[in-house]
Amino acid sequence: MATISQISGWGNYPEIAAEIHTPARQSLQQGIALPSGYGFIPRGAARSYGDSALAHRVLSSRCLNRFISFDNDSGLLTCDAGVTLGEILTTFVPKGWFLPVTPGTKFITVGGAVASDVHGKNHHLDGCFSEFVTEIIVQIGDQVYQCSRQQYADLFHATCGGMGLTGLITQVSFSLKPIKSAYIRQKNIKTSCLAESLRVFDEYVDSQYSVAWIDCLATGEALGRSIISVGEHADQGALEPHQAPKLSIPCHFPDFVLNPLSVQAFNFLYYGKEKAGPEEQLLHYNPYFYPLDGIANWNRMYGRGGFTQYQFALPKTAGLEGLSAILDRIAKSKQGSFLAVLKAFGKHNNNPLSFPVEGYTLALDFKINARIWSLLNQLDEVVIHYGGRLYLTKDARMTERFFKATYPRWQEFNAIRDKYGATQLYSSLQSQRLGISR
Amino acid sequence: MKNILIFGATSAIAEALAKQYANDGHQLTLFARNEDKLALIEQDLRVRGASGVACVSFDAGADDCIAKLQRQLADIADPIDICVIAHGSLPDQGECQEDVQKTLSEIQVNGTSAIGILTLVANRMEQQKNGAIAVITSVAGIRGRQSNYVYGAAKGLVSVFLQGLGQRLAKSGVHVLDIKPGFVDTPMTAHIEKGALWAQPEKVAEIIYKRIAKKSHESHTPFFWFFIMTIIRFIPTAIFNKLKL
Ligand SMILES: Cc1cc2nc3c(=O)[nH]c(=O)nc-3n(C[C@H](O)[C@H](O)[C@H](O)COP(=O)(O)OP(=O)(O)OC[C@H]3O[C@@H](n4cnc5c(N)ncnc54)[C@H](O)[C@@H]3O)c2cc1C
Ligand SMILES: NC(=O)c1ccc[n+]([C@@H]2O[C@H](COP(=O)([O-])OP(=O)(O)OC[C@H]3O[C@@H](n4cnc5c(N)ncnc54)[C@H](OP(=O)(O)O)[C@@H]3O)[C@@H](O)[C@H]2O)c1
Repeated sequence: MATISQISGWGNYPEIAAEIHTPARQSLQQGIALPSGYGFIPRGAARSYGDSALAHRVLSSRCLNRFISFDNDSGLLTCDAGVTLGEILTTFVPKGWFLPVTPGTKFITVGGAVASDVHGKNHHLDGCFSEFVTEIIVQIGDQVYQCSRQQYADLFHATCGGMGLTGLITQVSFSLKPIKSAYIRQKNIKTSCLAESLRVFDEYVDSQYSVAWIDCLATGEALGRSIISVGEHADQGALEPHQAPKLSIPCHFPDFVLNPLSVQAFNFLYYGKEKAGPEEQLLHYNPYFYPLDGIANWNRMYGRGGFTQYQFALPKTAGLEGLSAILDRIAKSKQGSFLAVLKAFGKHNNNPLSFPVEGYTLALDFKINARIWSLLNQLDEVVIHYGGRLYLTKDARMTERFFKATYPRWQEFNAIRDKYGATQLYSSLQSQRLGISR
Repeated sequence: MKNILIFGATSAIAEALAKQYANDGHQLTLFARNEDKLALIEQDLRVRGASGVACVSFDAGADDCIAKLQRQLADIADPIDICVIAHGSLPDQGECQEDVQKTLSEIQVNGTSAIGILTLVANRMEQQKNGAIAVITSVAGIRGRQSNYVYGAAKGLVSVFLQGLGQRLAKSGVHVLDIKPGFVDTPMTAHIEKGALWAQPEKVAEIIYKRIAKKSHESHTPFFWFFIMTIIRFIPTAIFNKLKL
C-alpha cells in the first residue's frame, strides 16, 4: 500500500510530495511484487544530498531489510538491498569482519552504496564499493536479473553507480574484510598549505585510509592548510560494535545560527584542536569513520531552507592548480563551508556513471541562499576547465550540458537502460534535469 | 545463551527485537501463522548469529490455539528465559459494531489468546523461579475511545491481567513487563497517514530490549505517550463523551 509523504534528500533541498511504495518479499521462492506504472525511483536511507532519490513515485527499500547468507570462511555476505551499513557493522564487527569500503556515514543502505558506487578513505588502494560486489539482483518491473561481471555484465556495470535508474536492486552479495580489532591506529598530520597536503597524500599512499580536512577560510600563503588523518586497522582492542548516537538535533535551526562567523569559528576550532606532530592514537572505528553520525539529524543545523554539497573530482594532473583555483574562489566569496574534505582517488573503474577519476576529490557544504548558485556556477567553470566532474549523489543543481560534457559515457548508460526496458520505468528529478530520462 | 519465545514473530516490532537477540547469540522459538514470512526471518536471524531458530505455527484466531500451544510448549526445553507476546490486529471499529462475531474474534486475537499463553507460560516460569514476560499491549487499552474500543478493550484486558500476574510472579523472581506503544509505523498501520508522533519499529524494539534487560514493569513507548495518556485518562467523562477522539 502506498502512502503520500513530503520527502527530500539529506540536504533538505529540494522537497517534494511523493507516493511511497514499500515492496516486500513474500517468501524465499517468490520474487517481489512491484507496483505497476512508470517513473519510479528506488530509495534507500535518503542520505544522498540532492534529488537522486526523489521522484513523485518512490520504491522504498525499507522492508527489504534482511540478511540472507554469510560465508564464515570467505566473508561473502548476501543481504537484501535495504540493510544498512550500520546493521552490518553491529552484527559482523563482533565476529571479526568489517566493510570493505565505507562512506562517511553508516546510515546508508547497501543498495544505496551500490547505486552511488560509493568510495571511502581507502579509494586510493581499494577503489569503490562495487569492486567488492560479486553479484546483484536487479528487478526491472517483473523481470528479475541476477547480474555479475559474467552474467548480464552490462546491466551489472550500469547499475553500479547507476543512481537507481536501471531498476530496483533487491539483493547484493559482497565480501567483508577480516579485522582483529574494532579500533583504528590514527595519525594526524597538520600541513600549512595545499602543496604540502598533496605531498603528504603521496607520501602516505600505502596507508590503508587517508583523508584531509581543509580549512577553507584560510587564504594567501595558508590556502589549503589541512589536517590529514591516516589510519590502519589495529591489531589490539576489542571487537566491539558502535552504540546508537546519544545526541540529536531536534528541529531545524533558525537561519541566523549558521552565519559565516560561526563557520569560521568551527573551522578554527577543528584546525586548532588537533595536536601538531604525527603521534599515533587508537580510535574506535565509529568516531574515526563516522564523526558526524554522533549527532543524529545534524543536517537540521542548516535550517529549513536546507543545504547542498558540492563534491567534485579533478584528474591528478590538474591537482594543485585546479584545487587552488577553487579554494581561492571559495575563500573570496566568504560563503564558507562547514566541512571541506579532500581525498586522493585511485584508478577509475569500468562503470559508466561511477564518479571517481584518478586524482583528487573535494567536498564542501553550502547553506542554500540566493547567492550560492552563482558561486557554484563559477566553480563549475573551473571544474570543467580542468577536466573534472561532480558527484551525482551529492548534486541538486548541475546542468544537463555540464553533466553530458563531464560524464561522456551517459549515452552508453542509456542504451543499456533501453535494452532492459528500464528507461520509462525509472527516473528521478535528477535524471530529468540532466536529460538522462526522456 | 538464553531461550526466548516470541509470539507474533512476523510483526515488525517483534522482528526488530528478534534481530537484537539474534545478534547476541540467543536461542529463538518463533510463533506465527505466516510460514513463508517466518522462513525469511529465520534465515536472517541465523546469519546474525542466533544459536538456534525454531519456527512454530500459531494462529491466535483458531479455536484450538491454546490447546495446541499446550502440546507445543511441552516440547520446549527448560528454562524459558524470555517470552514476548507481540501478535495483534487492528480492526475497523465500524465493522466490529455491525458484526458481533468480528468483535468477539478480535477480542480473542488481541486479548484472550494472550491470556491463554500467559497462563501457561507463567506457571512454567513460576516453577523455574526466574524468567521475563513482555507483552505488547497498547496505549489504546488505557481508556476506551469510540474510534477503537474493541481493540482497546482487548488490550486493556491484557494490561489488567499483567498487573495481577506481575504482582504474583514477583514473589518467584519472574519479571513481567507491559509495553504500551503509541503510534508505530508498521504494516498494521500502513493505511494511516503518519505525523510527528510516529515511531519506527526498530526504535520501539530497542526500548523493549532495554526495558526487559532493566526489569522495568511498564513502558509507554516512546515515553512521551505517558504524558499524552495521563491527560486523556483524566479528562472528565462528561467532557470526554463530547469529544471525537
Ligand atoms: C554524512 C555523509 C557522509 C557521506 N560520505 C560519503 C563518502 O565518504 N563517500 C561516498 O561515496 N558517499 C558519501 N555520502 C553519500 C552516500 O554514501 C550516498 O548518497 C549513498 O548512496 C546513500 O545511500 P542511501 O541508502 O541513503 O540511498 P538514497 O540516498 O536513498 O539513494 C541514493 C541513490 O541510490 C539509489 N538507490 C538507493 N537504493 C537503491 C536500490 N535498492 N536499488 C536501486 N537504486 C537504489 C537511489 O535511487 C538514488 O539514486 C555521504 C553522505 C552523508 C550524509
Ligand atoms: N503499530 C502500532 O501503531 C501499534 C501501537 C500500539 C500497539 N501495537 C501492538 O504492537 C504489536 C505488534 O504489531 P506491529 O505494530 O508490529 O504490527 P504488524 O507488523 O502488523 O504485526 C502484527 C502481527 O500480529 C500477527 N497476527 C495478527 N493476527 C494474528 C493471528 N490471528 N494469529 C497470529 N498472529 C496474528 C500478524 O501476523 P501476520 O504477519 O501473519 O499478519 C503480525 O505478525 C501488536 O500487538 C499491536 O497491537 C501496535
